[in-house]
Amino acid sequence: MGMRHDLYNLIEDGITPEEVLSKNTPVRRSVEIKGEVTKDVVEELSKIKREPDWMMRLRLRSLELFNKLPTPNWLPNWVLDNINLEDYISYARPDVNRSSNWDEIPPEVRQYYEALNIPEIEARALMGLGAQLDSEIIYINIRKQLAEKGVVVLPMEEAVQKYPDLVKQYFMRVFPPEHKFAALHGALWSGGVFVYVPPGVRIEAPIEGFFLISNAGEGQFEHTLVVADKGSYIHYIEGCSAPRLSKYSFHDGMVEIYAHEGAKVKFTTVQNWSRNVINFNNKRAIAERNAEVEWVEASIGSVASFVYPSTILKGEGAKTEITGITIANGKGHVKENGAKVIHDAPNTSSKVVNKSISANGGTAVYKGVVYVRRGARFARSHVTCDSLVLDGDSKAYTIPHDQVFDDTAVVTHEAYTGRISEDKINYLRTRGLTEEEAKSLIVLGFISDVTEGLPFEYAMVLNRVIMLEFSKYGKVA
Amino acid sequence: MAELRIEDLAVSVDGKLIINGVSFGVRSGEVLALMGPNGSGKTTLFMTIAGHPRYNVVRGKVMLDGEDIVKLPPEERFLRGLMVAFQTPTVVPEVRLSTLITAMINKINGRKLTDPAPPSLVNSLMKGIQEVGLTPAHLSRGINHGFSGGEMKRSEILQLLMVKPKVALIDEPDSGLDVDGVFAVGKALLSLANSGTAIVLTTHSAKILHVVKPTRVLVLNRGRIAAEGGMELVEEIEKVGYENFLKAR
Ligand SMILES: Nc1ncnc2c1ncn2[C@@H]1O[C@H](COP(=O)(O)OP(=O)(O)OP(=O)(O)O)[C@@H](O)[C@H]1O
Ligand SMILES: [Mg+2]
Repeated sequence: MGMRHDLYNLIEDGITPEEVLSKNTPVRRSVEIKGEVTKDVVEELSKIKREPDWMMRLRLRSLELFNKLPTPNWLPNWVLDNINLEDYISYARPDVNRSSNWDEIPPEVRQYYEALNIPEIEARALMGLGAQLDSEIIYINIRKQLAEKGVVVLPMEEAVQKYPDLVKQYFMRVFPPEHKFAALHGALWSGGVFVYVPPGVRIEAPIEGFFLISNAGEGQFEHTLVVADKGSYIHYIEGCSAPRLSKYSFHDGMVEIYAHEGAKVKFTTVQNWSRNVINFNNKRAIAERNAEVEWVEASIGSVASFVYPSTILKGEGAKTEITGITIANGKGHVKENGAKVIHDAPNTSSKVVNKSISANGGTAVYKGVVYVRRGARFARSHVTCDSLVLDGDSKAYTIPHDQVFDDTAVVTHEAYTGRISEDKINYLRTRGLTEEEAKSLIVLGFISDVTEGLPFEYAMVLNRVIMLEFSKYGKVA
Repeated sequence: MAELRIEDLAVSVDGKLIINGVSFGVRSGEVLALMGPNGSGKTTLFMTIAGHPRYNVVRGKVMLDGEDIVKLPPEERFLRGLMVAFQTPTVVPEVRLSTLITAMINKINGRKLTDPAPPSLVNSLMKGIQEVGLTPAHLSRGINHGFSGGEMKRSEILQLLMVKPKVALIDEPDSGLDVDGVFAVGKALLSLANSGTAIVLTTHSAKILHVVKPTRVLVLNRGRIAAEGGMELVEEIEKVGYENFLKAR
């Protein structure tokens, strides 16, 4: 309790990541690759990373697909106009030596993470942490007892070098370069964390990957791969932040999860990019027999975000839960936070819960697919979408799509749209809350069944961020 | 020692004059019963004193401990010690009752809104729910979400007991309550009054007044005070009804 109190105050007294980070000057780079994404660029990147041949070929194949595949026609025009790749830095290596000791990270870089309490949270609540700055992991560390149990947590590049056979089995096989941005990611990926959990090993506290973009006009393409061997358990948390940037930056990451028989993987993302980041993330998991995959996607920051965590329920009895929290707060903000489930085996089950809040002209979208293959007998799926719309300028759309090819499947949906009425606000005001406090309490309450499932520290961070979101960035109309 | 004084208050709602020149006062320890037929303006009066933005003050003052609070927003009035228990409370499904109570207490004590409840509050909450006849389960539900009519009333009283305001305006706490409920709520209000809260209470039944024992009775009619006295007014109204009672004035 005492510890929780301290931590709570620590977080409570903080200011927004945008504010903290915007004070700092950009970090020096030792290598930068800029301009049109060509074969030469991709080869250069691969050489810088001293990659084995198979990885270079994977990159080049991805590039070919990128050039061939159509641009998604559902993207808003202004988003397309702002992701002209020629204008972006596609690889930025910060001039920092990677370390597993925060004291060895130069203070001008360390202060970013300290301002966000990352080392503090690591010490108190995590079993491991990888921190990425721009295109490279600059800090990585895991607790000794995990290393002793054979858990592997490495920067993705290092895993490619050290465990090529293991990595090769999964890398872009869970999520092949089948659409334009996944293909681009395959060509340009850099950084990210590789995690392997041996059979039967249960990691009780989370491991976190934290991603920071420090500069405008930059692309970040980190690749996270989590392999949970039979009967193991891991909770991986992903956090993202960026300072306020002078122009757009672009994030096109990928997460692949493989849950072997009876394994359970929980993957939580607290996405709090600044408002100049356009965010794509390609997330997919495969769950073998009786395995469980749980996604939590809290999409708080960025101006436009397109994320659809997906699970392929490949083995009999596999389960998945996909929870989304979306905040679209601001004129022109477009936040798509969806879900995709493929029931590919009998007795598989899925649960999707999506909660969105739109305010001040923002648009929140849920796009979901539930696919049940013929022969996936007795598949069960339940999808709930709750939207809270705070004013007349804001919108929420729910676009579920079912493709059910087995007549024993039970696929159900619920959708609900709420508004914050004057009556509710006035009632809370007569109880001493200001209008803003009343609104944030309603918003926090609206998502509480999701935040209560998170580790205490993250629930607090999330609550804090949401309170700030509605008090600092333009009052809610 | 707290005091609420209403001076020549006139109120319109949607352009219609509902309260037209009402004056009265109430102090710590006193219980003022505000009677009056349906539509006479009791709820309007309370809403106005609480600062609900829908109600327009045409003229008059609302003096709390010597300060005119008539222009203050509702949250400021609450923080100065004024609290209403509503006749028809609002349902706020998103916010748990326990969260609301914790937030109120945090605000009063200058803590952060979402700070965890102090142990002392947890203790008095457990006592409070017993006193008003609710269960811990009610605390973890949304405010009035799916509450029965009587449970909503009990929840309003529970909030009063936790806050112990200087002045409480309590609008028909007994309507919709079963016999045991009327007795329990009556006793709770009595203890609130004894702890120093000045109470103004509306009701349509003498039963709760026999428990609470008001120090004074006011009868409101068409937005004005038609009679002022003691429990004998209540007995007369019970006997002859409002129509005859008011005709005789
Ligand atoms: N928005 C409105 N427009 C017009 N008339 C209104 C409006 N709101 C309230 N009134 C009227 O004001 C009058 C007083 O209502 P109020 O609710 O204050 O009465 P009350 O004394 O509390 O009655 P009850 O005993 O039934 O609770 C009623 O005639 C009501 O219809
Ligand atoms: Mg009334």
